[in-house]
Amino acid sequence: MKIYGVAVLAACFIAGQLIGDLLGMIFRFEGNIGGVGFGMLLLILLGDYMKKKNWTDHESESGIYFWSGMYIPVVVAMSSIQNVKAALSGGWAALIVGVVATGCCFLLIPLVSKFSKSTENK
Amino acid sequence: MQPITQLIAKHDLIVAFLFVGIVMYVSFWFSKRILRGKIPGAAIAITAGLVIAYFGGKKGIADFPLFAGMAVLGGSMMRDFSIVSTAMGASMSEIRKTGWFGIISLVLGISTSFFIGGLIGYFMGYHELKSIATIGAGACTFIVGPVTGNAIGASSDVIAISIAIGVIKSVMVTILTPIIAKRIGLDNPQTAMIYGGLIGTTSGVAAGLAATDPKLVPYGALTATFYTGLACLLCPSVLYFILNLLVGV
Repeated sequence: MKIYGVAVLAACFIAGQLIGDLLGMIFRFEGNIGGVGFGMLLLILLGDYMKKKNWTDHESESGIYFWSGMYIPVVVAMSSIQNVKAALSGGWAALIVGVVATGCCFLLIPLVSKFSKSTENK
Repeated sequence: MQPITQLIAKHDLIVAFLFVGIVMYVSFWFSKRILRGKIPGAAIAITAGLVIAYFGGKKGIADFPLFAGMAVLGGSMMRDFSIVSTAMGASMSEIRKTGWFGIISLVLGISTSFFIGGLIGYFMGYHELKSIATIGAGACTFIVGPVTGNAIGASSDVIAISIAIGVIKSVMVTILTPIIAKRIGLDNPQTAMIYGGLIGTTSGVAAGLAATDPKLVPYGALTATFYTGLACLLCPSVLYFILNLLVGV
């Protein structure tokens, strides 16, 4: 049943959030550290494990794929609720800092990626 | 009119499904027929979302009661849930391959944003240590800015600017990623993970990758989701301390 897949996804999500909250508490930072990331790792590991054990079926997997298909619409909804006016009203300082700092990070991508590939070949 | 608005307010999430569906349809149609596929439909739909947000206020279009459901559909719970679901189908071996470089790119991305952002802030006339740090933190994400600012006691107008910087970054990443993806070699899981770590802003990374190649979303999102938490940890502590030494006041 589709709900089995959704339930597994929900379990990974909640467990991930829990780990993130715990990490936040350990580092005395009010909030969640990487909860979503841990949830993703759990889903990947659990998915692999269940495939090996032959516990999965197409029908329950489709419950998870439904949500990953909803991902872009959710992002569209998310961008429509951003405070775009504030971003534009921050003035020149905000605009210049935002653009230049982001640009620098973009420039680093090919550098780090090249470096990671060259070490992998060695 | 009254019964219709009541009906919509009562079923706000369902109305949001309908509204987003229409936005998606129009955007994909526009991408295919007018632009002949040169800009992906997802990129147009996300940009359309940002344009729509401009007509609203603090919570974008969700400020209007008619579109209150957009805040549920596009809220952090739904966003995180659907991001986690994209991990289904991601491969563990690809993630292992990048492992260490993912962590390096996270630290490198956070410090670059913090110091470059702070440096420009300094040249723009913000000479107080707390303001420089808050502006630098804002260059990480729009959450890190206010968290850092509150932690070190910066003034509220500087905190507002730091939020604006973070939002500008997120908007810029969303729009620029699909355009420059080829030039920076963003076409494989490894680079996507490094990209997520260096850029960090989850909404921008997720939206940008979705518009570039949906297959890359889980890899970029995986590292990006650690960014905000790690930056909230590093900016008001270690990085603030280093900045203190550098500025030396």
